[in-house]
Amino acid sequence: MRYALLIYTAEPTAPPPDDALQAELEGYNAFTAHIKERGAYQAGEALDTTTTATTVRVRDGKTLTTDGPFAETKEALGGFYLVEAADLDEAIAYAAMIPGAQHGSIEVRPIFEWSAEVAEAGVGASASPN
Amino acid sequence: MPRATDAHAVVDRVFREEQGRAVATLIRVLGDFDLAEEAVQDAFISALETWPQRGVPDNPGAWITTTARNRAIDRLRRRKRLTEKTGTLARDASIEAGLRAIDTGPPEDVMPIADDRLRLIFTCCHPAIAMDARVALTLRTLGGLTTPEIARAFLVAESTLAQRLVRAKRKIRDAGIPYRVPPPELLPERLDGVLHVLYLVYNEGYAATSGDALVRRELSAEAIRLGRLVVSLLPDEPEALGLLALMLLHDARREARVDAVGELVLLEDQDRSRWDAARIAEGRALVERALAMARPGPYQVQAAIGSLHDAATTPDGTDWPQIAALYESLLRMTPSPVVELNLAVAVAMRDGPATGLAMLDGLDASGALDSYPYFHAARADLLRRLERWSEAGAAYRRALRHVSNAPERRFLTKRLKETLARSGHATLGSRDELD
Repeated sequence: MRYALLIYTAEPTAPPPDDALQAELEGYNAFTAHIKERGAYQAGEALDTTTTATTVRVRDGKTLTTDGPFAETKEALGGFYLVEAADLDEAIAYAAMIPGAQHGSIEVRPIFEWSAEVAEAGVGASASPN
Repeated sequence: MPRATDAHAVVDRVFREEQGRAVATLIRVLGDFDLAEEAVQDAFISALETWPQRGVPDNPGAWITTTARNRAIDRLRRRKRLTEKTGTLARDASIEAGLRAIDTGPPEDVMPIADDRLRLIFTCCHPAIAMDARVALTLRTLGGLTTPEIARAFLVAESTLAQRLVRAKRKIRDAGIPYRVPPPELLPERLDGVLHVLYLVYNEGYAATSGDALVRRELSAEAIRLGRLVVSLLPDEPEALGLLALMLLHDARREARVDAVGELVLLEDQDRSRWDAARIAEGRALVERALAMARPGPYQVQAAIGSLHDAATTPDGTDWPQIAALYESLLRMTPSPVVELNLAVAVAMRDGPATGLAMLDGLDASGALDSYPYFHAARADLLRRLERWSEAGAAYRRALRHVSNAPERRFLTKRLKETLARSGHATLGSRDELD
């Protein structure tokens, strides 16, 4: 199964000290290397801070653009991994290895896999998963 | 050939003993909770129809599992025909997968493996499922309690409980919660989770709160049955032994806790001849077996405390120094105000009420147990023993403010009246506190 590991952490108000930043980065590099070695890595990115976010909605054909993230929360989505895991226990084990889990939270979400027939029929783009 | 009524009785008994096992095996083969439950239900209906005429098979459990497997195939084929007819594409893949799982597997595959139910209980109690859903799912799939029965026991609407079950089963399937006994590195943490669910089920059945008395008794019995199952499948886990012992040692006193007219009887006032000697002996043997493994834990300590209470033939014969020492070690393992309260009560019995009261007053200052009626009742009792009547009365009033179930209310009201009589007050205080 494929899982998204969504990394929620508090956004720093001041730039972190160099050595702390260095340690965090090394932690992420080690984790990425580990899951690549195991063949579990599919994708992973860090996101810029929510101060750079723009939220877009289309209502009655009009595009509404606002500054900031969709929801203001104490912990913001700061990055993600997409991994292949045998089951939820394996995905949880990966999530626990992410450095952000030490101070923030990791949300583990299975990827909804469209069945082959539905995808071919072309309903995939418009139908809701349920 | 047995008479029809005998056959019905056999089906009932087999249902109790075998339904959890059959569902667990079918889930492993089919990978689908709902289909497994429906198929096993079908099999029991078949048993009710055929056993009275043709007689009870030699191995009723195997008959149920095999019949359930065949019914599952019937159901999957029917679904397949239906989707072909209506041209529905969605979920077709799951039907094919189900049929393949049954057809390609050798027939012995549906023979139960010893740990099928262990897999099931670990899956139902997975930490990724909400606690209330873990409890409901365990009782429904392993215990074979019906949805209305579970709803009555936990005082929730049937529709709410049904929803909870549906959501939990969907999560197991869609989030990929594995159907297995956890590997050694996860076992201690996951076993704790399983034991906690059983402990909650037991307590829900034991606590004298409102609700259907019969179903509550059933809950405690079910928790003990599942506790035995875990112990038989994981015989080297001392905390599993400890929890089973704890449940048995408490259950031994069940009959003596209520008198002929349904009033609550405190431990010190119970007729100890009504305690269940067989349960006490079994519980004590389990505690000893667990403690011999030298891996102590909170359930073992609580069981040891229960065992000391059960060992005393009179209240005065209770080994309070030993009980206080055990509460001290429990407090180190699981610090909580409730454990502190129990420790204070044991110390009061060992060193006198004044010492215990000083500990309780310290706890009172923290405010952590402000709405916990047993704290105020314990404090009232110590004040009563010290003959500080008016303070005792005030403490009983505080306890009454937080207690909801009728027998406990009546008990506390009785004590309050006695206290007020001793303190020489002419009136009993406001009416609503006493009714």
